[in-house]
Amino acid sequence: MNAPLPQELLAPPSVEFKLNEQSVMGFQDESILNAAKRHGIDIPHLCYQEGLRADGNCRACVVEIKGERTLAPSCCRNVAPGLEVLSQSLRAKKSQEMVLELLLSDMPDQGHKWTDKGQHGELSDWSSKMNVTVRPELQALRREQPACDVSHPAMAVNLDACIQCNRCVRACREEQVNDVIGYAHRGAQSQIVFDLQDSMGTSTCVACGECVQACPTGALMPKSQMGSQVVDKKVDSVCPFCGVGCLLTYKVKDNKIVSVEGRDGPANHSRLCVKGRFGFDYIQHPQRLTTPLIRKLGVPKDPALIQQLNRNAADWSAVFREATWEEALALGAGKLKQVRDAFGPKSLAGFGSAKGSNEEAYLFQKLVRTGFGSNNVDHCTRLCHASSVAAMLEGVGSAAVSNQVNDVEHAGLIFVIGANPSANHPVAATWMKNAAKRGAKIVLADPRVTDIGKHAWRTLQFKPDTDVAMLNALIYTVIEEGLANQDFIQTRANNYEALKQNIQGYSPEAMAPICGVPAETLREVAREFATSKASMILWGMGISQHVHGTDNARCLIALVTVTGQIGKSGSGLHPLRGQNNVQGASDAGLIPMMYPNYQQVTNPLAHDWFEKFWDSPLDSQPGYTVVEIMHKALADDTDPHKVRGMYIMGENPAMSDPDLNHARHALASLEHLVVQDIFMTETAWLADVVLPATAWPEKTGTVTNTDRMVQMGRQAVEPPAQAKADLWIIQQIAQGMGLNWQYKGEHHGVAEVYEEMRQAMHEVISGISWDRLVRESSVTYPCLTEEDPGQPTVFKEHFATADGRVNLVPADIIPANERPDANFPFVLITGRQLEHWHTGSMTRRATVLDAIEPEATASMCGADMLALGLSEGHVMTLASRRGEVCLRVRRDDGTPQGSVFVPFAYYEAAANLMTNAALDPFGKIPEFKYCAIAVKAGGELAVSHGFF
Amino acid sequence: MAVVHQHEIGHASVEKVLAAVQAEATQPVALDYIDLNAYVAEGGYALLQALNSGQQDAEAVMKAMEDSGLRGLGGAGFPAGRKWRIVSEQAAPRLMAVNIDEGEPGTFKDRTYLERDPHRFLEGMLVAAHVVGIDAIYIYLRDEYHACRQVLEAELQKLKTNSAIQLPMIELRRGAGAYICGEESAMIESIEGKRGEPRMRPPYIAQVGLFGRPTLEHNFETLYWVRDIVQKGPDWFSGFGRHGRKGLRSFSVSGRVKKPGVKLAPAGITMAELIEEYCGGMQDGHNFYAYLPGGASGGILPASLSDIPLDFDTLQAYGCFIGSAAVIVLGHQDSARNAALNMMNFFAHESCGQCTPCRVGTEKAVQLMQAAVWDNATLDDLNQVMTDASICGLGQAAPNPVRCVQKYFPQEVA
Repeated sequence: MNAPLPQELLAPPSVEFKLNEQSVMGFQDESILNAAKRHGIDIPHLCYQEGLRADGNCRACVVEIKGERTLAPSCCRNVAPGLEVLSQSLRAKKSQEMVLELLLSDMPDQGHKWTDKGQHGELSDWSSKMNVTVRPELQALRREQPACDVSHPAMAVNLDACIQCNRCVRACREEQVNDVIGYAHRGAQSQIVFDLQDSMGTSTCVACGECVQACPTGALMPKSQMGSQVVDKKVDSVCPFCGVGCLLTYKVKDNKIVSVEGRDGPANHSRLCVKGRFGFDYIQHPQRLTTPLIRKLGVPKDPALIQQLNRNAADWSAVFREATWEEALALGAGKLKQVRDAFGPKSLAGFGSAKGSNEEAYLFQKLVRTGFGSNNVDHCTRLCHASSVAAMLEGVGSAAVSNQVNDVEHAGLIFVIGANPSANHPVAATWMKNAAKRGAKIVLADPRVTDIGKHAWRTLQFKPDTDVAMLNALIYTVIEEGLANQDFIQTRANNYEALKQNIQGYSPEAMAPICGVPAETLREVAREFATSKASMILWGMGISQHVHGTDNARCLIALVTVTGQIGKSGSGLHPLRGQNNVQGASDAGLIPMMYPNYQQVTNPLAHDWFEKFWDSPLDSQPGYTVVEIMHKALADDTDPHKVRGMYIMGENPAMSDPDLNHARHALASLEHLVVQDIFMTETAWLADVVLPATAWPEKTGTVTNTDRMVQMGRQAVEPPAQAKADLWIIQQIAQGMGLNWQYKGEHHGVAEVYEEMRQAMHEVISGISWDRLVRESSVTYPCLTEEDPGQPTVFKEHFATADGRVNLVPADIIPANERPDANFPFVLITGRQLEHWHTGSMTRRATVLDAIEPEATASMCGADMLALGLSEGHVMTLASRRGEVCLRVRRDDGTPQGSVFVPFAYYEAAANLMTNAALDPFGKIPEFKYCAIAVKAGGELAVSHGFF
Repeated sequence: MAVVHQHEIGHASVEKVLAAVQAEATQPVALDYIDLNAYVAEGGYALLQALNSGQQDAEAVMKAMEDSGLRGLGGAGFPAGRKWRIVSEQAAPRLMAVNIDEGEPGTFKDRTYLERDPHRFLEGMLVAAHVVGIDAIYIYLRDEYHACRQVLEAELQKLKTNSAIQLPMIELRRGAGAYICGEESAMIESIEGKRGEPRMRPPYIAQVGLFGRPTLEHNFETLYWVRDIVQKGPDWFSGFGRHGRKGLRSFSVSGRVKKPGVKLAPAGITMAELIEEYCGGMQDGHNFYAYLPGGASGGILPASLSDIPLDFDTLQAYGCFIGSAAVIVLGHQDSARNAALNMMNFFAHESCGQCTPCRVGTEKAVQLMQAAVWDNATLDDLNQVMTDASICGLGQAAPNPVRCVQKYFPQEVA
């Protein structure tokens, strides 16, 4: 399933030993249990699970070892030369069977995890295989059973089926490192507990569900799959939420997904988080768009109305009428064509989506470039990592990560800056926490001290907006204290002298008062970063969403360069990608200044190549970016570049753009807006034509995760009613615009589209054929031949720049666009939270996620709350110069004093009504992480909330 | 006995307890013991000083320990000198853990010595630390031993203040009342701040022990004899013994004898000899019926087998072992079945709950043993899985009392 491993890794030294009187070969460090399994001998086991530390507590796997007084657990004992093992002797079997019988004797009559062998999952399976039943004498002694706990929205706790194997404890503490489940009491009273024996629902459980996946008997179960485990089919796919790219398996019954299980993918190794595991039922939400819609004649587009809409009712009948696909497509494409023909190619623009597949992204940008006739195509990458991309293309010649997330395993220092991985990249965070447990030092640099801070060696809680000051102080220390890697700089970097000159004024002592971190701490971290065996930087929107986002990222590039901490295992640069396919969509050219694989539209060679490849004339000027397109929609009629028509696929700028009143006004003023989505989003309310599309589990295609892994998603269920695959819809629009595309094959020619894209991106993915992806599910690029396993670490010998060297770019302090003042004294920081995705259109319609986080909240530290007279749960009103929202306050002492954090997923209190559309000059990314607001206690909450 | 907070009241009565409560007598009764000055005055710490100054050869001390045949007196009986040798060969830093979590039912020898002569133990401990090369010592003390804790706290402080010798780091840790934390690896887990659960072996704690370091772990009494063995010579210790056995054993004798208590007697002494020569015979009105030679898990033997030498390795053939030499004597008015049931209840209560055979097995056995007539077939199966497949000695030895009743007292459960 994963990329093939190099030969040397496949063959560890072998060890000869005797198993059941036969000489057999085991591998060094291989357990007896696993060696026996390879030789076709099954030894029963319950507490052992691949991927978890072997614990040897259940004793079902005991074997006889010659010369030893007692039996040994075969899961915990490794093979050794000359070892003589009997796994099926009378003595060994007696204990194996007795363990199963003892455990069975305490099981309830009715179990929770039914297999075809019984009602107790793996315990039934092994008992059946070993012919074990419970004798009446033991049956009569069944333990007193604990009460069930169904307090959690997603999982049921039935400890009457618990066999105390502590797989859940290890899954929770050692694998996911959430430290919620513990093992309490002793003897027969031993019990797994949540926190201090709280109910699961009130505990600090983050619902990653690793425990239910680990539980062998159904004592912990997803509520959606209690009882019979029989499903119609299991479909291997990939998670539709964040950029980590966890492989998973959908379990489908009656065309519905009933549960999700983590699959052993290279990025997740079977781990999932709450969204991936429990956030799947949004696709069955009654508000799914199931038929094409056309705006009724004469119904105006009123942007002000959006904030008042009652989403619960979702009654669009006053605004839209149902239409056939023929009519909707004719109007949708026809009007776009009319606008283009009347006002020229620059009058149209398209927003694709980082939630769609590579194939959709590729076709969408091809449609805009060859059908609309301009490069006015962009997507939400503009709102997340555009500045990181700008800095990386300039500095190292490639916008993708240099090292994969789980390479933190090889790092000595893990520098997490401007990121909250526990909430936004939960499975990625587990690799960091695992590394920390093994001794790696995590440094968390963030104005907000988030969960990962608990695992940090040092926490740099710098003042918001002072990234450059703090990072320059680190670089200063490295250079001043003689820790710069001169060899690396001389052989692999340009412009070092300029950087060195520029850094002179940035001593830690001078920067400490500015960034709020003591000079000695800055120096200590800088030294450790420079001298650790490998240091790796992972960052998120905290770096990128500033007017100086590109400068922030330039500093990170400079820091790894001067220390030589890039181009080797456990080091390098990793901008944590947000959306499941933001990497792939960008790679595929869904950005206004580049063709597929970041080939500049202004580069005549690339321009000519694509004109030939697509057999179409192409615009040689870069198009406009997301926020610029909004401005252009409101441009004066005389502006030849005024945007008048748009096609928006799977994006929701009316929620995700900064300064929403402005963005909504812009969208409403379009002459023609075609929106393709699965729900009536805020953007769709302003459309002329709404096309019902497919959700991720309803279609087949590939996505590329933050680690540069191209991964296969497979259709698991049929779309509802008349909803259609996005790939099909794009092709229909293209047809309507006069393009004659012919992609054949199943799933609307997805394989043909991919293969065409592969040609356009042959420099990086020529070794990743569609057939290979079907076979392997996940392949890392760069990958140039069918045999190439892909390169998890790049820049080992040279960078992707023209001369192969890093281009260092000095950065100076640029203040935020809007600083707090007397009227707006607080700083607003926006972002995401664990349960809710982006604008909430999917996750807030997922029952479990909605149950856990049903309502908009703002986080504030206790000191600020006290000053404002607020207690937890009180209502407060936040207002910027652009808009205001009213929501409840949540105490979070990790939020710095003078700041408020608001997730932007809630339409009732849309944080982006307040945000500032000021842009970073290079990445054109808005400053979501900083604007000035006023805070006052009280206010009136929106009447409707949620989608249920 | 009763305890008012930390104040122990022997042979307690309501009046005595009430009086203590009213007088707010809640602190341990101060002990009369040999303190640092007294210990030094009679030649104490000379050995340690000699070692430290190089006058005494460390290798010779190690050799004396090996030659004495002294075995671990916590119950497992691993040769002490060999343990020193093994740990000293491991990579530094090496740690030491001392087990004074004296919890085996019927055992009170460590307490008895500690209450009287703490420095004999401390010197033994420091000699071991010096010879083996130990960086830090953790003493794990049974928390009910309040008076002992006061003694140790005071004397350790004196030692640290007055010692001219560079001492290793010494930490006194309080147990929390779990029998299982007397198991060497569970004790280590507990010292590390974790749940007291035995570890799987291998690796052995001599190689990977406390905080992952090679660890020398000893019972209190083992260290208590070090000074005498070195100063009087290994032959002095091995010169004791009866019936072909060598050395001294501290028997904690309780039950229906006239004079219970700690009896320092030659290894290999028989039960009959011990009762008659050391315990003043049976109490009046009690005829010798049975005995538990080694605490809760050492099994139960009938009076008819009172001529077996009591020592390591001599009782295996009878399904018993001597362990920490806690001997409990039963009279004709007692029943072996009740004693066995009592022990099994104890094991069920003290099982850590980690492994299935012990966690479930002890609990089921308790219920089965309450029947007037035992279901021996089911008990036999439980016995086998507990003995063969439990992680640690608790579960492995828990069936001993059951088997002994089945074998020697079948009439009680038929």
